Order: sequence, then structure tokens, then C-alpha cells
Amino acid sequence: MSWLRRFGSFWYDFIVGDDWRLALAVVAGLSFTALLVHAGLPAWWVLPALVIVSLTISVSRARRGRS
Amino acid sequence: MRDLLLFLGVFLACVVEAVEALTIVLAVGTTRGWRSTWEGAGAGLAVLAVIVAALGPALTALPINVLRLIVGALLLVFGLQWLRKAILRAGGLKAVHDEEATFAEQSAAARRAGQPTRHGRDWYSFTVAFKGVLLEGLEVAFIVVTFGASQGNLPLAVAAAAAAVVIVLAVGVAVRQPLTRVPENTLKFAVGVLLTSFGTFWAAEGAGVEWPASDAAVLLLILAYSAVAVALVRWLRTSRVRQPTASGGGR
Repeated sequence: MSWLRRFGSFWYDFIVGDDWRLALAVVAGLSFTALLVHAGLPAWWVLPALVIVSLTISVSRARRGRS
Repeated sequence: MRDLLLFLGVFLACVVEAVEALTIVLAVGTTRGWRSTWEGAGAGLAVLAVIVAALGPALTALPINVLRLIVGALLLVFGLQWLRKAILRAGGLKAVHDEEATFAEQSAAARRAGQPTRHGRDWYSFTVAFKGVLLEGLEVAFIVVTFGASQGNLPLAVAAAAAAVVIVLAVGVAVRQPLTRVPENTLKFAVGVLLTSFGTFWAAEGAGVEWPASDAAVLLLILAYSAVAVALVRWLRTSRVRQPTASGGGR
């Protein structure tokens, strides 16, 4: 179990890293993009907007955590 | 253009990680001897080559849209973490990776360790060099495989990584010192922007998006993300400058 936990923890750190919210935002953004595409609406703007907003929030949270 | 950016992204990512791996290898090698250290580093590189050789063709066998969706999402998550870390370091919120300090720590640990020699091999040197190269290189292997497979040009990604390893190794062997002058965080910043841009582009394409400017959209994403990242760094720096004054005023 401990080996399995270490293995899982390694891959979690490797892919997700310090802020899991960024990974969650990517999944949410892709799901929303797919929904818009399915509905025949323009969807190219979703991921770039989401990247900018989520990165800004993540950096802002890190700054507040520090201060 | 996309091939050039692919080469640049993989090359820069590999330089960053190769510099970090080289510091570990140099610390162990100069402290305990070179033979077992080089054997460990070589074994680490061989494992990385096997990972790329096994995963690369397996990924390219996937349908292109599925591949771009999965790989794009992974690259995007991965790139955002690189970019976030680089922004926090450049903004002074996180300590910059210090090769001299790492070198000193690794050298001290290597001196403290005993001499677990068996079959004529110093297993401490072998293991530390092996782990150092493998762990630092794993991120590069991931980038090589995902970038190469999505762009349909795995050989170019491998060539970019190999070029970076050869150059860093050649300089490291020549100077026999950690490469402290390499602007690691700036490189990490650039790689973070590239990974995030390509991740966005491919993941959206995989989800069925048609980009308005076609391939030029990648360049626009790079410009937009760079501008946001630079603005965030400036904001962190100015808020750090203001903070002491504000708290000083309150006392």
C-alpha cells in the first residue's frame, strides 16, 4: 500500500503539481469547449480565456498565501 | 513554423533539466570518482531512451483527434505548472533553483556516504547519478513523446533533446563545474509558455475546435500568454516592493 501510495503521489506531483485547481480548470474548460462545439457554437475562445483567468487566480492565491 | 517551435520547446526544456541532472552527476563524480557515476548516468539515459522508444510509437497509433485531446490536456496542465512556478520564481515568491547550493549539498552527502563498493562498482555514485538523470529526464521524456507525437514528428523532438544533452554535457565536462550562468528560470518561463500554448491549441483541436487563424493561432497564443505571464511577474514584483512600506506604515 505504501509503495502504491508513493507511486500515485509521484505521478500526481509529476502531472498535477502544486495547484490541483489548474488541472481541474483544464478539465472543466475542455468539457465546456466540447459542449459548445457539439451545439455548433464558436468555442475557440474558451481554453485561452480559462488559462488566463485560472493562472491569474492561482498566482494571486500563491501571493496571498505568502503575505 | 510549428516544427521550429517544437524543436525550441523540447530543446529548452531539455537544457533546463540537463543542467539540473549535470549538477548532481558532477557533485558525485568529483567527490567519489567518475567510473560508477558515468555508468549510473548512462543507465539513466538508457532507461529514458527506452521510455521514449516505447511510448512514442504507441501514442502515434492513436487517432489524431483523440491523441491531441489527451496529449493537449496533459501538456496544458503540465505547461501551466511550469509557467506558474516560473512566474512565482521571477516574481520573488519562490526561491530560484540554485545550482551551486545543490552542488554543495550533493557533494556533502556524497562525502558522508560510506563506500558501498561491490563487484568493483561504487553503488552510491551509480544510484545517485542514475536517479538524478532519470528523475530530471522524465519530464523531458514526457515532453518529447507528447510534443513529437502530436506534431507527428517524433524524430525531431528526439533530435532536439539529444542536441540539448550533448551541448550541456560538453560544456559541463569542459568546465567541470555546475552551470550556474544558465538562466534556468527564464528558460523554464519560455518552456512553460510554449507547452501551455501548444497544449491549448491541440486540446481544443482534439475537442473539435477550428481555430480562426489556423496554425497562426499558436503564435497568437504564445504572444497572449507571454504578455499575461510578464504582467503577473511585474505585479508580483511591485506588490512585493510595496508590502514592506505598507506594513512599516502600520507599525
